[in-house]
Formats: sequence, C-alpha cells, structure tokens
Amino acid sequence: MGPLIVNEIISENTNLLLAFFIGIAFGFVLEQGGFSSSRKLAGVFYGYDTVVLKVFFTGATTAALGLLFFSLFGWIDLSFVYVNETFLQSAILGGMIMGAGFIMGGYCPGTSFCGAAIGKIDAMIFIVGLFIGVFLFAEGYPLYEKLYKAGYMGSPRISEFFGISEGLFTLLMIIAAVLMFWGAEWAEKKFPRKEY
Amino acid sequence: MSEHKKRSYMNPYLAGVLIGVVVLASNFISGRSVGSSGAVKSAVVAGVETLAPSHAENALFYKEYLSGHKGNPLNSWLVYEMLGVIVGGFISGIISRRLTWKVEHNPKIKSRTRLVFALAGGILFGIGSQFGRGCTSGSALSGMAVLSLGGFISMISIFGTAFILAYFFRKLWI
Repeated sequence: MGPLIVNEIISENTNLLLAFFIGIAFGFVLEQGGFSSSRKLAGVFYGYDTVVLKVFFTGATTAALGLLFFSLFGWIDLSFVYVNETFLQSAILGGMIMGAGFIMGGYCPGTSFCGAAIGKIDAMIFIVGLFIGVFLFAEGYPLYEKLYKAGYMGSPRISEFFGISEGLFTLLMIIAAVLMFWGAEWAEKKFPRKEY
Repeated sequence: MSEHKKRSYMNPYLAGVLIGVVVLASNFISGRSVGSSGAVKSAVVAGVETLAPSHAENALFYKEYLSGHKGNPLNSWLVYEMLGVIVGGFISGIISRRLTWKVEHNPKIKSRTRLVFALAGGILFGIGSQFGRGCTSGSALSGMAVLSLGGFISMISIFGTAFILAYFFRKLWI
C-alpha cells in the first residue's frame, strides 16, 4: 500500500499538496514544543532545558518503531522509502560546521523558520544567514567537490552496518533514548534556569 | 494581563511522539520525510537562475542541481513542506498567543550581539547543511527514522560539536 506516491495511489500534485499539510503539522508541533525559542533550544547544551533532546529522540524512535510496525502489517514497503545516502567525510565535516552554527545561532534551519513564523527577529536573521551560507557553498563548490563526493557508502542502514536486525537496533535505540531522558531530567534539576 | 498570558509549551515527550507521527505519515504518503535546508537550496538555485541565468548554466553546483531536477526548482516537495512549516508555526503562535516581534536573547548580552551571532550561525548552518546533504531535520531526524547510517553520523556530529563548543559560547546563553 505505502508509500502512496511510489505505488501511484496519489498523483504528483496531490503529493505536493500533502507536503504542504505535512509541513503545517511539523511546524505546528515544533512551535507547540517550544522549538521557536533559541534560548530553549540552546538549553540542551548547558543542561538547563533539554527539550531538544526529548523531542528529537522521542520523535526519531516513534517514527522508526512506527515504520517497523507498518512494515510488519504490510502497510508499507520499506524498500521504497528513501534512505539518505552516506558520504562519510562530507557528513562528518558538514555536521561539525552545523554544530558550530547551532551553538552560535541557537537555531537549526527548520526551527528558525518556525521562530520566524511567530515574529522572532533573530530567527529571521538566521534565515538570511542560511541563504548566504548556501550561496557561498554553491559559489565555492568546485574547490571542494572532491571532498563532497568522497567516502561514498551507498544508502546503508545503521543496522546493516552493525550486522544486526532493524528490530534489534530500534530496541537498542529506544533503550538508549530512555537512558538519555533519565539523564536529561537529572540535568534540568542540577542546572535550573530562571524563567525566560 | 492574565487573559493575554502566554500558554505554556506542550509536554516534550508528547511533542516528540507527534513529531514521530508526522515523520511516519510523511514516509507513508511520500516515501520520504521532512527536511528544511533543501528548501533553502532550491530557493538559492531559483534565485541565481533568475538573476544570473548564464552563471547558473556554467557554474558547477547549479549545473549539477539543474541536471538532476526538472522544472522550476521551487516546485519541489521540500519547498511546499517548508511553506507549511511557516503556516503551522504561525497557527500555533496564534493559538498559544506567542505572536510578537522580538529579538530573543540572554539579558546579559545586547540584542545586536545576538543578531550578529544569529547571522554567523545561519551562514555556518547553510554551508554545513550542504556538506551534510541535509540538516537536523532532513539528515538527522528523518535519517534516523529510517535508520540511515548517514543520519546517525549527522546527529552525532552536529550535537557532539555543539556540546564541545558550548563552553566557548556560554556567554551567549547563560
């Protein structure tokens, strides 16, 4: 049955319309969760507010578990679901640059649009930065094209990489998430914040 | 003032489950999941194509993008999704009475300092998301949901680096 677009149950235009509604749901929940606030987001790196960690890992594990159930019920063919390609060096370098951007800017791209949507001027300036950053990358691209395309590994799942089943990996991920939640609750008590 | 009081945020675990449901629904419907930086990339390509068409035809980055994408770069899944994010965030802001123009910052720093670092952070995130082929949503969150190895590498690399650098930028936040 699923994915609906791959099995041509919906048309390409319907798919784009539904993308808009998926975005509305995503943006709504992000804002309700407090992801429109840079000070809340940055809190995870100092322990005073760990909402990022909680929402992020609850989200990833819920989705991973849901996909496994859907697959088990025969509702979705996971071989048609897009799995991001892995280019090792570029992924690590990109992550490091993004990490620096996160601690300086207090937002990531999705949350900055969410913050801008409720009038945060710092989020709007962050978005201006995003455009400049992508443009700079594009203009200098020939200089690091080799690095960008190095270390291509295909589209491996992490479970394949470790030689275990998807179910077992997901279980380990859930256990790791629960342990992190426990640590996060502890950190919020240890590093309390004033209201902001 | 109490009637204008801001509503508090949703329980983070509930918000997480709902984000997970969105990612699940997205994979079920579209065979892919949410992202953000890709929409900015589309907009940059569209902008360059409009303002400097000969440059877009000749410079490698745009050439590679346009050879892999037919039609207007703005007519893409991620662009519609991100327009939705803005609408969704706005609706949530109305319901919870959080719509207000402001520069949010630690009272110990000037709002100008906040804006300078917001700009710098945005530039870095823009560059990094291209190397990473997606940002916190497209690569890390969506990638982890489908157990992509690259998604886990992005997540560890983004959060690990931010934790390591947190000490040096603590004055911005605490």
